[in-house]
Amino acid sequence: MEGDLLDIAKRVAGMAQRGEQVEAYVSRNVSTEVRAYNGELEHLVSASSDGVGIRVIAGERQGFAYTGYLSDDSIAVTLAQARENAVFATADASVSMAEPDGIAAVEMDLLDSGLDSVSTEAKVDLALELERSARHGHRQIRQVDSADYADVISQEAVANSEGIAAYSEHSYCEVSVSVIAGEGSQSQSGSGFSVARGFDGLDLEKAAGDAVHRAVRLLGAGKPATAGYTVVFDPRVTATLLSVVSTALSGEAVTKGRSFLAGRVGEQVMVAGALVVDDPTDARALSADSYDAEGLASRRIVLVEDGRLLGYVYDSTSGARAGHASTGSAVRSGFASTPVAACRAVVLSAGGSSGTDGNVQVSNSGPGGVASGGVARGDHFGAVTSARNSGTVGGDLGDRKPGQNGTSGYGAGEIISAVGDGVYVQSVTGMHSGVNPVSGDFSVGVEGLMIRGGELAEPIREATVASTLQRMLLSIVGIGSDVEWLPANAAGQTIAISGMMLSGN
Amino acid sequence: MLIDPEVLDRVIDHALRNGGEFAEVFAEDRTSMSAVLDDRKVEELVTGTSRGAGVRVISGETTGYAHTADLSESGLMKAAEVASAASRNGSEQGHIRQVALEEAVASNPSIVHVDPSEVAKSRKIDLLARADDAARAGRDPITQVSASYGESKRAILVASSGGRLVEDDQVRTRFSVSCIALGDGGMQTGYETAARTTGFELFDDVEVEDLAAKAATRAVTKLSARPAPSGELTVVLASGGGGVLFHEACGHGLEADHIAKDSSVYVGKVGEQVAGSLVTLVDDGTLGGEWGSYGIDDEGNLPGRNVLIENGVLGDYMWDVERGRKAGRNSSGNGRRQSYRHLPMVRMTNTFILPGQDDPDEIVAQTPYGIFVAQLGGGQVNITTGDFVFGMTEAYLIEDGKITAPLRDANLIGNGPEVLMRIDAVANDFGVMPGTCGKDGQSVPVGCGQPTLRIQGVTVGGTAG
Repeated sequence: MEGDLLDIAKRVAGMAQRGEQVEAYVSRNVSTEVRAYNGELEHLVSASSDGVGIRVIAGERQGFAYTGYLSDDSIAVTLAQARENAVFATADASVSMAEPDGIAAVEMDLLDSGLDSVSTEAKVDLALELERSARHGHRQIRQVDSADYADVISQEAVANSEGIAAYSEHSYCEVSVSVIAGEGSQSQSGSGFSVARGFDGLDLEKAAGDAVHRAVRLLGAGKPATAGYTVVFDPRVTATLLSVVSTALSGEAVTKGRSFLAGRVGEQVMVAGALVVDDPTDARALSADSYDAEGLASRRIVLVEDGRLLGYVYDSTSGARAGHASTGSAVRSGFASTPVAACRAVVLSAGGSSGTDGNVQVSNSGPGGVASGGVARGDHFGAVTSARNSGTVGGDLGDRKPGQNGTSGYGAGEIISAVGDGVYVQSVTGMHSGVNPVSGDFSVGVEGLMIRGGELAEPIREATVASTLQRMLLSIVGIGSDVEWLPANAAGQTIAISGMMLSGN
Repeated sequence: MLIDPEVLDRVIDHALRNGGEFAEVFAEDRTSMSAVLDDRKVEELVTGTSRGAGVRVISGETTGYAHTADLSESGLMKAAEVASAASRNGSEQGHIRQVALEEAVASNPSIVHVDPSEVAKSRKIDLLARADDAARAGRDPITQVSASYGESKRAILVASSGGRLVEDDQVRTRFSVSCIALGDGGMQTGYETAARTTGFELFDDVEVEDLAAKAATRAVTKLSARPAPSGELTVVLASGGGGVLFHEACGHGLEADHIAKDSSVYVGKVGEQVAGSLVTLVDDGTLGGEWGSYGIDDEGNLPGRNVLIENGVLGDYMWDVERGRKAGRNSSGNGRRQSYRHLPMVRMTNTFILPGQDDPDEIVAQTPYGIFVAQLGGGQVNITTGDFVFGMTEAYLIEDGKITAPLRDANLIGNGPEVLMRIDAVANDFGVMPGTCGKDGQSVPVGCGQPTLRIQGVTVGGTAG
C-alpha cells in the first residue's frame, strides 16, 4: 500500500521542470459507516476514495489543482492545470514548499492492524448493541435517534521536488449515539461517543451512558435569569473552545492580521500557570501523525507557558512570511486543499512548567484587572487543592472516568465544588456563528445545569453565555486533570472561567 | 451520458440480486475552479475534478450504499455487490424485477448564459483586484481584504429500479469579500457574498465593488459598536438577512427523517397552528438562479414549491424517496447529497417566509426598544427541543423607533415553536441569501429568505447588562 501512494507522489514530484517546484499529496481513505435504528440496521455505507493534489511554484507564483481520479492521464492533466494556475497568481517571495530540515520524525504506531480483519457483521452487531444499550439505559429514554459505528483507515503520502518524501497511515473507530429523554411534554437530547484506533478500544458503555446521562439530566430544563457567573465547561466544550482559540495561533492568521493574538508574543494572554502545547507526536491524540501535510516531521510546540504567549504555528509559506522556519504545522482538509498552518493536537494544562501534564489547578494570580465582575466565589478558586478524590460532587465526568488519564483526579467534581455558584455548560451551539477569532467576541447557546452551593442544581436551556476570548483566557480559574482525547485538533478537560454573562429571561 | 443505459440496467439488476425493493445508481462529474485574493495578492488558483458513482439498495428497513470512482461496468458491478450485501440483513427477500429504464427529461430552472469555465481566468482575477481596491478605497481602518471567486459545474445522473433515468447539469458561480478593520478597540470583521445557480453573467447583475463596499462598511461600522445587550428583547430582522432564522427555527424540524424518528418538535402537528397567522413558509427548489435550486434532486426527482406552513398552519413536511416510501407517499424533491460519496437525505432547497402587508420602515418606527438585525451569520438548532441560535454579524439598537448604535457580534437564542408564534409584523419587502447547510456531516448549498419582520421576545446573547 505504501508503495502505491508514495510512488505516485514521488513520480509527480519528479516531473518538476527547471525553475519549478512540484509537490504532490496523495491520500486514500477506506471507511465503513453503520447506523442502527429501532433494533435494525438502518444503513451500511462502504466507501473508499483517493485523490491527489498537486502544487506548483514557478517564478514565485503558486498554482494548485486536484483530481479524485488517480489515472496517469488524470494526473498529467492535473499537473498541467496547476502549472497554468500558477501563471495567474501574484508573485510572492514567501510562497514555498517544505525542505528537509534534518528533524527526524517520531515513529508512532497509529494503525490498528486488526481493524482490517473485523467483519462487517461484527460492526453491525456493535451498532445494534449500542442502540439497545442506550434504549435501556434509563426509563425516561423515549427514543434512540441514531446509533452509529464508523471507522476509517487512511493513508497519506507527500513528496516534493525539494527532497521531501513522507508517508503515514492511521486508523480510527468511533461509536456514537444520540438519545431523546422525555418527561411529560418535554423532550431533551443527549449524545455520547467513544473513539479509539482499533475496534477493541471502543467503550459502548461509556458512549451509551454519556448519552443517557446527558439527556436525562436536562429534563425539566428552563430558561435561567440573566446574570454574570463563573462558567464551568464540560471537556467536550473545552476542546471546541481551544480549537477556536487555536485558529488565532495559526501563522497564516497571524501574518495576515487576522488573529486577536497577533503581535502579542511575550505578553500575558492567559492566566498565570496555564500551559498550552501543540503536540502531534503524542500518540494519545487522535490527530497524532509523524509528519505534517507538507511532509516535515511533526514536533511538540509550546505555545503558551505560564500564561505567556511564546509563539505561533507555521507551515512553510506562513513561516517564510514571518521570517520563521516551519514548525511542521501544515494541515490539509484533504487532497483537494492546499496546506495551511494550524494547530494539530492542542492540550491545555495547568502545569506551569512545560515538562509534563502536571497536577492541575490554577491560582488566579493573573495580571491585575482580570475581569471577574459579578462573580461569586470565583476568586477563591485558586485556593482549591487538587488532592481530593474525583467525583465527590455532582457525580459527573470525574466520576465515570477515574484514573483514565493517569493523573490524580482534579475533575468536574472539584471544580464545581470550588465554583460554588455558577453555570455548568454541558453543550454549546453556534460556535461557528457566535465566536469571532478576529475580534474575539464570544457568544454561544448553552445547555447545562446551574451550580448552587458547590453542586449541580436545576437544568437550563435556551440561554447563551458571552464574553470575549481575550477576557476568557485571562479569567480561567480552574483547569481539570480529566483530559479527554477527542476527535478534534484539541483535547479537552473541565475548566472554569469567571466573569461570563449568562443571558436568559 | 455519464454511463451507458444498458450498463445501468445490468448494474441495477445486479444490485437487487440479494433482494431488496429499490436500487439506484447515482453518478456525478464535478469540476470546479476557485481563486482567492488575500493580503493584496492573488494567492490561490485551484482547479479540481471529481467523478464517481454510488449504488444504493433499500431492503426492508435497511439501506446499503457503496461508491466508486471507477465508472466502468466492472467498477459499478463491484459497488453494486457491496451495496447489496447489506440487504441480507433486510426483512424482505426475493428478487423484485425492475422496470426497464426510461429516460425522463428534466429542465433546470436556472439558465446559464455564460459558462464560467469558458471565461478567461484573467477576467476572474480582475474581479478580485477590483474588489480589493473598492474595499480599501477611502476607508483607512481596513487592514485586510480577502476576496474569493468560485465556480462549479456538477453533472449528475440518477437511474433507479423504478425505471427512472434522468440527468441534470448544475452550475454555480459565487463571489465573496471579507474585510478586517482595525480601530482603538481592536479588530472587527465584515462579510458579503453573492452566489447564484447561474454562469458568469452573475457579474452583469452584481458589481463586485458593491459587495466589497458593503463588507468593508460593515467592518468599519462595528469599530464603534458597543457590546450587545443580554436578555429578552424585541428583534426586527431586515429582509433577506434573517432567513437563516427560519431555516433553523423550523426548517430542519420539518424534514421527514426527523419526523419519522419522532425527534422533532413538529411531529404530529400537521393541521395545527404552529406559527402566527402572518407566517407562510415555503421551500422552493424551482426558483431560477437561487442558490438552492436544481433541475432534479439527488434521487432524480423534480423539485417543488412546497408550502410547509400556510397562514401559521402546518401543511406538510419535506420528503425524500426513503421517507416517502415508508409513509406511502412521493418524495417532495428534497432528497439531496453532498456528493456521490454520500447517502441522500431530506434537505431544504430555498426556504423562505412570504411577504406580508406592513411597511418595513413602519415596523422599525413602531418598535420602542429592540434590536435591528441587518445581517445574520450562521445558526444551529437542537431539533428535539426546537432551541436554536443564530449569529448576528450586523446589528443595531432600536431606540424610540429609530435605528441607533451598532452592536458587536453575538448569538441570539430562541425556541422555534415559540418564536414562530411571536412574529407580530411582516413587511411587504423580500430578500433571499445564499448559504451552506450542514446536516449529519454533509454540506449542501441552500437559499434562505424573508421579508423584514418583527419578533417579540428573543434572547440576545450579549455581555451588556
